[in-house]
Amino acid sequence: MLGLIVPVVALALWEIGARAGLVSTRLMPPPSDIAKTLGGLAADGVLLGHMGSTTARVLVGFVLGATVGTLLGAATGVSLRFRALFDPTLQALRNIPSIAWTPLFILWFGIFETSKILMIALGVFFPVYLTLSGAIASVDRRLVEVGRVYGFGTTSLVARILFPASLPTYLIGLRNGLGLGWMFVVAAEFLGASQGLGYLLVDGQQTGRPALIVASIVLFAVLGKLSDRLLAWGGGRLTGWQDGFTAKAPG
Amino acid sequence: MIQLSGVSKRFATGLLAVSGVDLTVEASEIVAVIGPSGCGKSTVLRLIAGLDTPTAGTVRVAGRRVEGPSRSVGVVFQEPRLMPWLTVERNVSFGLHGEETAGPVAEALARVGLDDFADALPKELSGGMAQRTAIARALVTKPPVLLLDEPFSSLDAFTRIDLQEHLLEVWGWYRPTMFLVTHDIDEALVLADRVIVFGGQPGSFEAEITVDLPRPRDRTDLSFHAYQDRAMKELGSSSRDRQARAQTPGWPSRAPSS
Repeated sequence: MLGLIVPVVALALWEIGARAGLVSTRLMPPPSDIAKTLGGLAADGVLLGHMGSTTARVLVGFVLGATVGTLLGAATGVSLRFRALFDPTLQALRNIPSIAWTPLFILWFGIFETSKILMIALGVFFPVYLTLSGAIASVDRRLVEVGRVYGFGTTSLVARILFPASLPTYLIGLRNGLGLGWMFVVAAEFLGASQGLGYLLVDGQQTGRPALIVASIVLFAVLGKLSDRLLAWGGGRLTGWQDGFTAKAPG
Repeated sequence: MIQLSGVSKRFATGLLAVSGVDLTVEASEIVAVIGPSGCGKSTVLRLIAGLDTPTAGTVRVAGRRVEGPSRSVGVVFQEPRLMPWLTVERNVSFGLHGEETAGPVAEALARVGLDDFADALPKELSGGMAQRTAIARALVTKPPVLLLDEPFSSLDAFTRIDLQEHLLEVWGWYRPTMFLVTHDIDEALVLADRVIVFGGQPGSFEAEITVDLPRPRDRTDLSFHAYQDRAMKELGSSSRDRQARAQTPGWPSRAPSS
Protein backbone atom coordinates (compact mmCIF):
# COMPACT_ATOMS: atom_id res chain seq x y z
CA MET A 1 0.00 0.00 0.00
CA LEU A 2 2.87 2.33 0.83
CA GLY A 3 4.10 1.98 -2.76
CA LEU A 4 0.87 3.52 -4.11
CA ILE A 5 1.26 6.90 -2.39
CA VAL A 6 3.85 8.33 -4.79
CA PRO A 7 2.14 7.44 -8.10
CA VAL A 8 -1.35 8.44 -6.88
CA VAL A 9 -0.15 11.85 -5.66
CA ALA A 10 1.83 12.38 -8.90
CA LEU A 11 -1.19 11.52 -11.05
CA ALA A 12 -3.41 13.87 -9.03
CA LEU A 13 -0.94 16.76 -9.36
CA TRP A 14 -0.59 16.08 -13.08
CA GLU A 15 -4.36 16.12 -13.62
CA ILE A 16 -4.77 19.29 -11.56
CA GLY A 17 -1.87 20.96 -13.38
CA ALA A 18 -3.34 20.12 -16.77
CA ARG A 19 -6.82 21.36 -15.88
CA ALA A 20 -5.44 24.56 -14.39
CA GLY A 21 -3.60 25.19 -17.65
CA LEU A 22 -0.15 24.97 -16.06
CA VAL A 23 1.04 22.33 -18.57
CA SER A 24 0.26 22.11 -22.25
CA THR A 25 -2.32 19.36 -22.70
CA ARG A 26 -1.37 19.14 -26.38
CA LEU A 27 2.04 17.70 -25.53
CA MET A 28 1.35 16.32 -22.05
CA PRO A 29 -2.16 14.87 -21.94
CA PRO A 30 -3.68 14.58 -18.46
CA PRO A 31 -4.42 11.13 -16.97
CA SER A 32 -8.11 11.49 -17.76
CA ASP A 33 -7.31 11.83 -21.50
CA ILE A 34 -5.13 8.75 -21.36
CA ALA A 35 -7.88 6.81 -19.64
CA LYS A 36 -10.30 8.03 -22.34
CA THR A 37 -7.90 6.85 -25.06
CA LEU A 38 -7.61 3.43 -23.45
CA GLY A 39 -11.38 3.29 -23.12
CA GLY A 40 -11.71 4.17 -26.81
CA LEU A 41 -9.33 1.39 -27.83
CA ALA A 42 -11.28 -1.04 -25.70
CA ALA A 43 -14.59 0.15 -27.16
CA ASP A 44 -13.27 -0.36 -30.70
CA GLY A 45 -12.38 -3.91 -29.67
CA VAL A 46 -8.71 -3.52 -30.66
CA LEU A 47 -7.12 -3.12 -27.21
CA LEU A 48 -6.88 -6.84 -26.45
CA GLY A 49 -5.60 -7.55 -29.96
CA HIS A 50 -2.70 -5.11 -29.57
CA MET A 51 -1.87 -6.35 -26.09
CA GLY A 52 -2.23 -9.95 -27.19
CA SER A 53 0.07 -9.79 -30.18
CA THR A 54 2.80 -7.99 -28.24
CA THR A 55 2.51 -10.43 -25.34
CA ALA A 56 2.58 -13.40 -27.69
CA ARG A 57 5.79 -12.14 -29.36
CA VAL A 58 7.46 -11.61 -26.01
CA LEU A 59 6.32 -15.01 -24.76
CA VAL A 60 7.51 -16.97 -27.79
CA GLY A 61 10.79 -15.02 -27.97
CA PHE A 62 11.32 -15.45 -24.25
CA VAL A 63 10.75 -19.20 -24.30
CA LEU A 64 13.08 -19.57 -27.27
CA GLY A 65 15.85 -17.36 -25.90
CA ALA A 66 15.58 -18.76 -22.37
CA THR A 67 15.69 -22.35 -23.61
CA VAL A 68 18.82 -21.85 -25.69
CA GLY A 69 20.37 -19.71 -22.92
CA THR A 70 19.62 -22.41 -20.36
CA LEU A 71 21.08 -25.24 -22.42
CA LEU A 72 24.25 -23.37 -23.35
CA GLY A 73 24.58 -21.85 -19.88
CA ALA A 74 24.30 -25.27 -18.25
CA ALA A 75 26.79 -26.81 -20.68
CA THR A 76 29.41 -24.09 -20.23
CA GLY A 77 28.81 -24.06 -16.47
CA VAL A 78 29.36 -27.79 -16.11
CA SER A 79 32.06 -28.56 -18.65
CA LEU A 80 35.33 -26.67 -18.73
CA ARG A 81 35.96 -27.86 -22.27
CA PHE A 82 32.61 -26.62 -23.49
CA ARG A 83 33.25 -23.34 -21.72
CA ALA A 84 36.66 -22.92 -23.36
CA LEU A 85 35.07 -23.68 -26.72
CA PHE A 86 32.00 -21.44 -26.65
CA ASP A 87 32.28 -18.85 -23.94
CA PRO A 88 34.83 -16.50 -25.61
CA THR A 89 32.71 -16.27 -28.77
CA LEU A 90 29.50 -15.70 -26.86
CA GLN A 91 31.16 -13.06 -24.68
CA ALA A 92 32.37 -11.27 -27.81
CA LEU A 93 28.93 -11.40 -29.42
CA ARG A 94 27.39 -10.11 -26.21
CA ASN A 95 29.26 -6.83 -26.64
CA ILE A 96 27.38 -6.05 -29.84
CA PRO A 97 24.25 -4.07 -28.95
CA SER A 98 21.63 -6.62 -29.94
CA ILE A 99 19.49 -4.02 -31.73
CA ALA A 100 22.37 -3.56 -34.16
CA TRP A 101 21.45 -6.95 -35.60
CA THR A 102 17.99 -5.75 -36.63
CA PRO A 103 18.74 -4.77 -40.25
CA LEU A 104 20.48 -8.06 -40.83
CA PHE A 105 17.66 -10.03 -39.23
CA ILE A 106 15.16 -8.30 -41.48
CA LEU A 107 17.23 -9.15 -44.54
CA TRP A 108 17.57 -12.74 -43.43
CA PHE A 109 14.16 -13.47 -42.00
CA GLY A 110 11.89 -10.85 -43.56
CA ILE A 111 9.84 -8.12 -41.95
CA PHE A 112 7.23 -10.39 -40.40
CA GLU A 113 7.06 -12.42 -37.20
CA THR A 114 10.24 -14.52 -37.53
CA SER A 115 12.67 -11.62 -37.37
CA LYS A 116 10.75 -10.00 -34.50
CA ILE A 117 10.72 -13.14 -32.41
CA LEU A 118 14.39 -13.85 -33.08
CA MET A 119 15.28 -10.30 -32.02
CA ILE A 120 13.46 -10.80 -28.75
CA ALA A 121 14.99 -14.25 -28.26
CA LEU A 122 18.46 -12.79 -28.77
CA GLY A 123 17.81 -10.16 -26.13
CA VAL A 124 16.56 -12.78 -23.67
CA PHE A 125 19.36 -15.23 -24.42
CA PHE A 126 22.36 -13.33 -23.06
CA PRO A 127 21.28 -12.58 -19.49
CA VAL A 128 19.91 -16.11 -19.09
CA TYR A 129 23.08 -17.67 -20.49
CA LEU A 130 25.47 -15.52 -18.45
CA THR A 131 23.61 -15.88 -15.19
CA LEU A 132 23.17 -19.64 -15.35
CA SER A 133 26.70 -20.31 -16.53
CA GLY A 134 28.14 -18.16 -13.74
CA ALA A 135 25.77 -19.57 -11.11
CA ILE A 136 26.69 -23.17 -11.91
CA ALA A 137 30.39 -22.40 -11.92
CA SER A 138 30.11 -20.88 -8.44
CA VAL A 139 28.13 -23.67 -6.74
CA ASP A 140 29.79 -24.64 -3.46
CA ARG A 141 32.48 -27.21 -4.25
CA ARG A 142 31.73 -28.95 -0.97
CA LEU A 143 28.16 -29.75 -2.02
CA VAL A 144 29.44 -31.12 -5.32
CA GLU A 145 31.77 -33.38 -3.35
CA VAL A 146 28.76 -34.90 -1.57
CA GLY A 147 27.55 -35.94 -5.01
CA ARG A 148 30.95 -37.49 -5.73
CA VAL A 149 30.77 -39.49 -2.49
CA TYR A 150 27.53 -41.02 -3.80
CA GLY A 151 29.03 -41.73 -7.20
CA PHE A 152 26.88 -39.25 -9.16
CA GLY A 153 27.53 -38.96 -12.89
CA THR A 154 27.31 -35.64 -14.73
CA THR A 155 23.56 -35.90 -15.30
CA SER A 156 22.73 -36.56 -11.64
CA LEU A 157 25.19 -33.90 -10.58
CA VAL A 158 23.46 -31.31 -12.77
CA ALA A 159 19.92 -32.37 -11.93
CA ARG A 160 20.33 -32.95 -8.20
CA ILE A 161 23.01 -30.48 -7.10
CA LEU A 162 24.16 -27.92 -9.67
CA PHE A 163 20.80 -26.86 -11.05
CA PRO A 164 18.88 -26.62 -7.75
CA ALA A 165 21.79 -24.77 -6.15
CA SER A 166 21.87 -22.28 -9.07
CA LEU A 167 18.12 -21.82 -9.18
CA PRO A 168 17.87 -18.54 -7.19
CA THR A 169 20.47 -16.84 -9.38
CA TYR A 170 19.04 -18.42 -12.51
CA LEU A 171 15.64 -16.93 -11.71
CA ILE A 172 17.20 -13.49 -11.54
CA GLY A 173 18.65 -14.16 -14.99
CA LEU A 174 15.22 -15.17 -16.29
CA ARG A 175 13.67 -11.99 -14.89
CA ASN A 176 16.40 -9.89 -16.47
CA GLY A 177 15.84 -11.73 -19.72
CA LEU A 178 12.10 -11.12 -19.59
CA GLY A 179 12.70 -7.42 -18.99
CA LEU A 180 14.94 -7.28 -22.03
CA GLY A 181 12.30 -9.19 -23.98
CA TRP A 182 9.83 -6.35 -23.34
CA MET A 183 12.50 -3.86 -24.40
CA PHE A 184 13.24 -5.66 -27.64
CA VAL A 185 9.62 -6.14 -28.60
CA VAL A 186 9.33 -2.35 -28.86
CA ALA A 187 12.34 -2.17 -31.18
CA ALA A 188 10.96 -5.05 -33.25
CA GLU A 189 7.50 -3.52 -33.53
CA PHE A 190 8.90 -0.12 -34.50
CA LEU A 191 10.15 -1.73 -37.69
CA GLY A 192 6.88 -2.34 -39.32
CA ALA A 193 4.09 -4.02 -37.47
CA SER A 194 0.37 -3.64 -38.06
CA GLN A 195 -0.55 -4.65 -34.57
CA GLY A 196 0.96 -4.44 -31.12
CA LEU A 197 1.79 -1.84 -28.53
CA GLY A 198 4.94 -0.79 -30.43
CA TYR A 199 2.74 -0.13 -33.45
CA LEU A 200 0.48 2.05 -31.29
CA LEU A 201 3.53 4.07 -30.21
CA VAL A 202 4.53 4.73 -33.82
CA ASP A 203 0.92 5.41 -34.78
CA GLY A 204 0.58 7.92 -31.94
CA GLN A 205 3.71 9.72 -33.06
CA GLN A 206 2.76 9.84 -36.73
CA THR A 207 -0.79 10.99 -36.08
CA GLY A 208 0.21 13.45 -33.37
CA ARG A 209 -1.67 11.81 -30.52
CA PRO A 210 0.48 11.93 -27.38
CA ALA A 211 -2.34 10.39 -25.34
CA LEU A 212 -2.04 7.24 -27.46
CA ILE A 213 1.72 7.14 -26.89
CA VAL A 214 1.37 7.49 -23.15
CA ALA A 215 -1.47 4.95 -23.13
CA SER A 216 0.80 2.40 -24.85
CA ILE A 217 3.58 3.15 -22.38
CA VAL A 218 1.16 2.53 -19.53
CA LEU A 219 0.14 -0.77 -21.10
CA PHE A 220 3.79 -1.79 -21.45
CA ALA A 221 4.34 -0.97 -17.80
CA VAL A 222 1.33 -3.01 -16.72
CA LEU A 223 2.19 -6.06 -18.85
CA GLY A 224 5.89 -5.94 -17.95
CA LYS A 225 5.18 -5.66 -14.27
CA LEU A 226 2.54 -8.41 -14.34
CA SER A 227 4.77 -10.87 -16.18
CA ASP A 228 7.69 -10.11 -13.86
CA ARG A 229 5.54 -10.59 -10.74
CA LEU A 230 4.27 -13.88 -12.15
CA LEU A 231 7.82 -15.12 -12.75
CA ALA A 232 9.02 -13.90 -9.35
CA TRP A 233 6.03 -15.50 -7.64
CA GLY A 234 6.56 -18.83 -9.38
CA GLY A 235 10.27 -18.68 -8.62
CA GLY A 236 9.68 -17.72 -5.00
CA ARG A 237 7.69 -20.90 -4.48
CA LEU A 238 10.67 -22.92 -5.69
CA THR A 239 13.33 -21.08 -3.70
CA GLY A 240 11.68 -20.73 -0.30
CA TRP A 241 14.51 -22.85 1.13
CA GLN A 242 16.95 -19.94 0.91
CA ASP A 243 18.26 -18.64 4.18
CA GLY A 244 19.01 -15.13 3.06
CA PHE A 245 18.51 -11.63 4.32
CA THR A 246 14.93 -10.38 4.30
CA ALA A 247 14.29 -6.76 5.12
CA LYS A 248 11.65 -6.21 7.78
CA ALA A 249 8.26 -5.38 6.36
CA PRO A 250 7.27 -1.75 7.00
CA GLY A 251 4.65 -1.05 9.62
CA MET B 1 38.90 -53.47 6.78
CA ILE B 2 41.02 -50.46 5.86
CA GLN B 3 44.61 -50.94 4.77
CA LEU B 4 47.10 -48.30 3.75
CA SER B 5 50.60 -49.30 2.73
CA GLY B 6 53.33 -46.83 1.90
CA VAL B 7 50.79 -44.16 1.00
CA SER B 8 52.02 -40.72 -0.07
CA LYS B 9 50.14 -37.85 -1.60
CA ARG B 10 51.66 -34.94 -3.43
CA PHE B 11 49.26 -32.27 -4.65
CA ALA B 12 49.41 -30.65 -8.06
CA THR B 13 50.91 -27.60 -6.34
CA GLY B 14 53.96 -29.73 -5.47
CA LEU B 15 53.14 -29.88 -1.77
CA LEU B 16 53.84 -33.30 -0.30
CA ALA B 17 50.95 -33.63 2.16
CA VAL B 18 51.50 -37.12 3.53
CA SER B 19 54.38 -39.50 3.16
CA GLY B 20 54.84 -43.21 3.77
CA VAL B 21 51.69 -43.90 5.76
CA ASP B 22 51.02 -47.49 6.82
CA LEU B 23 47.80 -48.30 8.64
CA THR B 24 45.48 -51.21 9.22
CA VAL B 25 42.04 -50.76 10.75
CA GLU B 26 40.21 -53.94 11.72
CA ALA B 27 36.53 -54.50 11.08
CA SER B 28 34.32 -52.74 13.67
CA GLU B 29 37.32 -50.97 15.11
CA ILE B 30 37.19 -47.24 15.91
CA VAL B 31 40.44 -45.46 15.09
CA ALA B 32 40.98 -41.78 15.74
CA VAL B 33 43.74 -39.69 14.21
CA ILE B 34 44.81 -36.58 16.09
CA GLY B 35 47.25 -33.91 15.08
CA PRO B 36 47.61 -30.20 14.49
CA SER B 37 45.66 -28.64 11.62
CA GLY B 38 47.39 -28.77 8.28
CA CYS B 39 49.33 -31.96 9.09
CA GLY B 40 47.60 -33.95 6.34
CA LYS B 41 45.30 -36.08 8.48
CA SER B 42 42.25 -35.07 6.46
CA THR B 43 44.17 -35.97 3.31
CA VAL B 44 44.48 -39.54 4.60
CA LEU B 45 40.72 -39.64 5.11
CA ARG B 46 40.08 -38.33 1.60
CA LEU B 47 42.35 -41.03 0.19
CA ILE B 48 40.38 -43.74 2.01
CA ALA B 49 37.13 -42.16 0.77
CA GLY B 50 38.36 -42.29 -2.80
CA LEU B 51 37.98 -38.51 -3.18
CA ASP B 52 41.71 -38.17 -3.87
CA THR B 53 44.15 -40.71 -5.28
CA PRO B 54 47.54 -41.42 -3.69
CA THR B 55 50.69 -40.62 -5.63
CA ALA B 56 52.40 -43.67 -4.12
CA GLY B 57 51.27 -46.73 -2.19
CA THR B 58 47.91 -48.44 -2.07
CA VAL B 59 44.67 -47.93 -0.18
CA ARG B 60 42.37 -50.89 0.28
CA VAL B 61 38.90 -51.09 1.80
CA ALA B 62 37.50 -54.56 2.50
CA GLY B 63 40.35 -56.03 0.50
CA ARG B 64 39.61 -54.06 -2.65
CA ARG B 65 41.80 -51.30 -3.96
CA VAL B 66 40.12 -47.90 -3.68
CA GLU B 67 39.76 -46.24 -7.06
CA GLY B 68 36.97 -43.82 -6.34
CA PRO B 69 34.06 -43.22 -3.95
CA SER B 70 32.12 -46.36 -3.14
CA ARG B 71 28.85 -47.20 -1.45
CA SER B 72 30.62 -49.22 1.21
CA VAL B 73 32.28 -46.06 2.56
CA GLY B 74 30.19 -43.34 4.22
CA VAL B 75 31.67 -39.89 4.81
CA VAL B 76 30.75 -37.22 7.35
CA PHE B 77 32.48 -33.91 6.68
CA GLN B 78 33.45 -31.11 9.01
CA GLU B 79 30.50 -29.07 7.76
CA PRO B 80 27.07 -30.73 7.43
CA ARG B 81 27.01 -30.05 3.65
CA LEU B 82 23.24 -30.49 3.45
CA MET B 83 21.38 -29.54 0.30
CA PRO B 84 19.59 -26.39 1.51
CA TRP B 85 16.64 -26.95 -0.86
CA LEU B 86 15.80 -30.41 0.50
CA THR B 87 14.03 -31.35 3.71
CA VAL B 88 15.90 -33.34 6.35
CA GLU B 89 14.23 -36.50 5.13
CA ARG B 90 15.19 -35.95 1.50
CA ASN B 91 18.72 -34.97 2.47
CA VAL B 92 19.06 -38.27 4.30
CA SER B 93 17.78 -40.21 1.28
CA PHE B 94 20.08 -38.22 -1.03
CA GLY B 95 22.44 -41.10 -1.72
CA LEU B 96 19.77 -43.72 -2.33
CA HIS B 97 18.90 -44.24 -5.95
CA GLY B 98 15.63 -45.76 -6.96
CA GLU B 99 15.39 -48.14 -4.05
CA GLU B 100 12.98 -48.21 -1.14
CA THR B 101 13.83 -45.13 0.94
CA ALA B 102 11.13 -44.68 3.59
CA GLY B 103 12.28 -47.49 5.90
CA PRO B 104 16.03 -46.84 5.90
CA VAL B 105 15.51 -43.08 6.18
CA ALA B 106 13.16 -43.39 9.14
CA GLU B 107 15.57 -45.76 10.85
CA ALA B 108 18.62 -43.53 10.25
CA LEU B 109 16.71 -40.47 11.53
CA ALA B 110 15.62 -42.37 14.62
CA ARG B 111 19.23 -43.44 15.27
CA VAL B 112 20.36 -39.82 15.44
CA GLY B 113 17.23 -38.67 17.29
CA LEU B 114 15.74 -36.53 14.52
CA ASP B 115 12.47 -38.38 13.88
CA ASP B 116 10.43 -35.25 14.57
CA PHE B 117 12.34 -33.08 12.10
CA ALA B 118 11.93 -35.10 8.91
CA ASP B 119 10.10 -32.25 7.15
CA ALA B 120 12.31 -29.39 8.36
CA LEU B 121 14.55 -27.46 5.98
CA PRO B 122 18.27 -27.12 6.78
CA LYS B 123 17.83 -23.40 7.52
CA GLU B 124 15.55 -24.34 10.41
CA LEU B 125 18.13 -26.61 12.10
CA SER B 126 20.72 -25.85 14.76
CA GLY B 127 24.34 -26.69 14.03
CA GLY B 128 24.11 -29.92 16.01
CA MET B 129 20.89 -31.01 14.30
CA ALA B 130 22.38 -30.26 10.89
CA GLN B 131 25.40 -32.41 11.67
CA ARG B 132 23.14 -35.20 12.96
CA THR B 133 21.30 -35.05 9.64
CA ALA B 134 24.64 -35.41 7.87
CA ILE B 135 25.45 -38.46 10.00
CA ALA B 136 22.03 -39.96 9.18
CA ARG B 137 22.73 -39.36 5.48
CA ALA B 138 26.01 -41.24 5.74
CA LEU B 139 24.34 -44.07 7.70
CA VAL B 140 21.30 -44.61 5.55
CA THR B 141 23.05 -47.16 3.33
CA LYS B 142 24.65 -48.79 6.40
CA PRO B 143 28.14 -48.58 4.93
CA PRO B 144 30.59 -51.00 6.58
CA VAL B 145 33.12 -48.15 6.80
CA LEU B 146 32.31 -44.72 8.20
CA LEU B 147 34.81 -41.89 7.80
CA LEU B 148 34.43 -38.76 9.92
CA ASP B 149 36.48 -35.66 9.14
CA GLU B 150 36.52 -33.43 12.26
CA PRO B 151 32.76 -33.91 12.40
CA PHE B 152 32.08 -32.01 15.60
CA SER B 153 34.77 -29.34 15.54
CA SER B 154 32.44 -26.46 14.74
CA LEU B 155 29.96 -27.32 17.51
CA ASP B 156 29.82 -26.08 21.10
CA ALA B 157 31.11 -28.34 23.88
CA PHE B 158 27.67 -29.54 25.07
CA THR B 159 26.47 -30.46 21.59
CA ARG B 160 29.79 -32.10 20.85
CA ILE B 161 29.57 -34.41 23.88
CA ASP B 162 25.95 -35.18 23.01
CA LEU B 163 26.88 -36.12 19.44
CA GLN B 164 29.83 -38.22 20.56
CA GLU B 165 27.36 -40.30 22.61
CA HIS B 166 25.06 -40.55 19.58
CA LEU B 167 27.96 -41.73 17.50
CA LEU B 168 28.76 -44.53 19.95
CA GLU B 169 25.11 -45.58 19.86
CA VAL B 170 25.32 -45.70 16.08
CA TRP B 171 28.41 -47.84 16.34
CA GLY B 172 26.52 -50.19 18.68
CA TRP B 173 23.71 -50.42 16.09
CA TYR B 174 25.61 -52.27 13.38
CA ARG B 175 29.26 -51.90 14.40
CA PRO B 176 30.75 -50.17 11.37
CA THR B 177 34.48 -49.63 11.09
CA MET B 178 35.08 -45.98 11.98
CA PHE B 179 37.96 -43.74 11.04
CA LEU B 180 37.77 -40.40 12.80
CA VAL B 181 39.96 -37.39 12.19
CA THR B 182 39.93 -34.83 14.99
CA HIS B 183 42.06 -32.26 16.75
CA ASP B 184 40.25 -32.80 20.03
CA ILE B 185 42.26 -35.17 22.25
CA ASP B 186 39.31 -35.89 24.57
CA GLU B 187 37.10 -36.73 21.63
CA ALA B 188 39.64 -39.21 20.33
CA LEU B 189 40.06 -40.81 23.75
CA VAL B 190 36.33 -41.04 24.46
CA LEU B 191 35.51 -42.70 21.14
CA ALA B 192 38.43 -44.67 19.82
CA ASP B 193 39.95 -48.09 20.40
CA ARG B 194 43.21 -46.72 19.05
CA VAL B 195 44.45 -43.16 18.78
CA ILE B 196 47.09 -42.34 16.20
CA VAL B 197 49.20 -39.21 16.55
CA PHE B 198 49.83 -37.63 13.20
CA GLY B 199 52.23 -34.82 12.51
CA GLY B 200 55.12 -33.47 10.54
CA GLN B 201 55.50 -31.93 7.13
CA PRO B 202 54.87 -34.04 5.13
CA GLY B 203 52.53 -35.74 7.60
CA SER B 204 53.14 -39.25 8.84
CA PHE B 205 52.13 -41.41 11.79
CA GLU B 206 54.27 -40.62 14.81
CA ALA B 207 52.78 -42.58 17.69
CA GLU B 208 49.93 -44.88 18.55
CA ILE B 209 47.97 -45.17 21.80
CA THR B 210 45.68 -48.13 22.46
CA VAL B 211 42.87 -46.94 24.70
CA ASP B 212 42.13 -49.83 27.00
CA LEU B 213 39.14 -48.41 28.87
CA PRO B 214 35.58 -49.73 28.89
CA ARG B 215 32.87 -47.62 27.25
CA PRO B 216 31.13 -45.36 28.10
CA ARG B 217 34.29 -43.64 29.23
CA ASP B 218 34.31 -41.20 32.11
CA ARG B 219 36.20 -38.03 31.28
CA THR B 220 36.69 -37.27 34.97
CA ASP B 221 38.18 -40.66 35.80
CA LEU B 222 41.83 -40.88 36.83
CA SER B 223 42.64 -43.54 34.24
CA PHE B 224 41.19 -41.25 31.54
CA HIS B 225 43.49 -38.47 32.75
CA ALA B 226 46.45 -40.81 32.38
CA TYR B 227 45.58 -41.28 28.71
CA GLN B 228 45.13 -37.52 28.28
CA ASP B 229 48.61 -36.96 29.68
CA ARG B 230 50.08 -39.56 27.38
CA ALA B 231 48.41 -38.12 24.30
CA MET B 232 49.58 -34.61 25.24
CA LYS B 233 53.13 -35.88 25.68
CA GLU B 234 53.10 -37.65 22.34
CA LEU B 235 51.75 -34.57 20.57
CA GLY B 236 54.24 -32.37 22.40
CA SER B 237 57.22 -34.59 21.69
CA SER B 238 56.36 -34.89 18.03
CA SER B 239 56.26 -31.13 17.70
CA ARG B 240 59.46 -30.71 19.78
CA ASP B 241 61.25 -33.18 17.53
CA ARG B 242 60.30 -31.19 14.54
CA GLN B 243 61.46 -27.95 16.10
CA ALA B 244 64.76 -29.54 17.04
CA ARG B 245 65.23 -30.82 13.51
CA ALA B 246 64.39 -27.46 12.05
CA GLN B 247 66.91 -25.70 14.30
CA THR B 248 69.76 -28.19 13.97
CA PRO B 249 72.31 -27.07 11.39
CA GLY B 250 72.82 -29.63 8.67
CA TRP B 251 69.19 -30.80 8.70
CA PRO B 252 67.40 -30.01 5.49
CA SER B 253 65.10 -27.19 6.32
CA ARG B 254 61.44 -27.75 5.82
CA ALA B 255 59.95 -26.82 2.51
CA PRO B 256 57.97 -23.64 2.91
CA SER B 257 54.34 -24.57 3.25
CA SER B 258 52.35 -23.03 0.48
